Amino acid sequence: METTMIHEVTWVGVAIKALIAMLIVSAVAGFGTYIERKVLAWMQRRPGPSHVGPFGLLQLAADGIKLFTKEDFIPQYSNRLIFSIAPVITAATAFIALAAVPIFPDFTFPEWIPLLGGVFVPSIAADIDVGLLFILGAMAAGLYGPLLAGMSQQNKWGIIGAARTAVQFLSYEVVTGLSMLAPIMLVGSLSLVDFNNYQTGGIASWMIWQQPLAFVLFLIAGFAETNRTPFDLLEHEAEIISGFVTEYSGLRWGLFFVGEYANMITIAVLASVIFMGGYSDFMLIPGWLMMGLKVTFFFFLMLWVRASWPHVRPDQLMWLSWKVLMPLALLNVVITGIVVMVTA
Amino acid sequence: MTTFAFYFFATLITLLFLVTVLSRNVLYAMTALAAGMVLISGLFFMLDAAFLGAVQLVVYVGAVMALYSFAMMFFDANKDIKERNGSAVTVFLLGGAIAVMLVVIFTAPLIGQGVASLYPPAEGATNPQAVGLVLFTKYLVPFEVAAVMLLVAMISGIILAGKKMDFSLSVVEATKSIDSKTIDNMDNTEKKGDK
Repeated sequence: METTMIHEVTWVGVAIKALIAMLIVSAVAGFGTYIERKVLAWMQRRPGPSHVGPFGLLQLAADGIKLFTKEDFIPQYSNRLIFSIAPVITAATAFIALAAVPIFPDFTFPEWIPLLGGVFVPSIAADIDVGLLFILGAMAAGLYGPLLAGMSQQNKWGIIGAARTAVQFLSYEVVTGLSMLAPIMLVGSLSLVDFNNYQTGGIASWMIWQQPLAFVLFLIAGFAETNRTPFDLLEHEAEIISGFVTEYSGLRWGLFFVGEYANMITIAVLASVIFMGGYSDFMLIPGWLMMGLKVTFFFFLMLWVRASWPHVRPDQLMWLSWKVLMPLALLNVVITGIVVMVTA
Repeated sequence: MTTFAFYFFATLITLLFLVTVLSRNVLYAMTALAAGMVLISGLFFMLDAAFLGAVQLVVYVGAVMALYSFAMMFFDANKDIKERNGSAVTVFLLGGAIAVMLVVIFTAPLIGQGVASLYPPAEGATNPQAVGLVLFTKYLVPFEVAAVMLLVAMISGIILAGKKMDFSLSVVEATKSIDSKTIDNMDNTEKKGDK
């Protein structure tokens, strides 16, 4: 791997970065469940979790204890091996995708810190040339989790959930790729660091002004990718009990949740870096705070949409993806291509 | 380190594909296939062909996912399948072909020592750029032919699937039930009128 940076990227720096990303995302994923319930409650005019601790903050600990101590149940006629592997796939691929995502700007530990003084921590744990493609591939591989979970558990709701996983994946994947293609053509690189450096000139240089359509398409596809509410067909309670998680309990169920929240954060970071300026400093606000604010905004947007919109049917999702979003994305790519050709 | 990584990946890939071929359970076979395909991308990354590695990941994850959906439709995923092994002649021919292939693979390093790259990657180009440069200059014609083939496949797919697109079973069922109900009601009213 070659680096053009002045600082030397050492394995210590990469390890620290990976640790930071892992810890922060796990913590946010846990805290996110509380935030989600509180925000949804606030939008629906009810108190939400309020009994355990101040403002219900300790609900998180209560949920954790419940998950840890719950019986780990495996149905008798299920395929035990695949049933056990499936949740790990979801959680692991979510974190593998994060390896190529820049979460915070790179920094160097000050010299006065013992042991770690002077260690350079890069913005991405693994800055590969094809960062965007790698993230897409890893997140797509994550869908094997729901698919295998549904197919292995010998439960009709599970198999419907698995079938919906396949349908949903084949529908939105094209839109995700095509919507990202137009910004890629403008930047001329697949590396997320180049995306960030392309938009360093303040708000006016953000990609969202040049590619508003691609931004909207990417967000819609991102909602489908993370199974957020307008497209949460995989486990929609009112229709198929819990879909692919019907037979899961305890920590295995928790792993699915951690994976889903990590994916939400990945999509939020991607949207911030590709379309909204990434981790560059903004006036007086340092880059890492800007990044936190943007990710928080996208996280809130997901909850907001969940509180505001009913979910769609699978056939409506396919109709939307193939007949509306894909032609729009193609049109966007063609127009961008013509503009790039004329201006270059 | 690289040697270790290569043997690690190679062993895992071979084992997983063996499971794919030998297992009688659809779920095991498909899962091993998917995992093997994902691990092959690791070999590409080791060769500094990051673009091909990512493409391998993206393409095969989707392709195997489509295979899964077929498996879901045709088989009970949690039961073993009785395989029909074809005639002895086919087995003999296939086995012979595989043996020849193995010999070629193991002698390849001997033959390929003097091989040099015809189109070495351009100076200073990143991996995707290098692939793009060769693809759109030297190999433009095969690339276009592949694109046309995909277009043909897409159009024929639409034609095959689109024959009865306007026909919706649920709509037909709904109108049927409404019709029968209204007919029943009409019968009832007629009977009442008779009384």
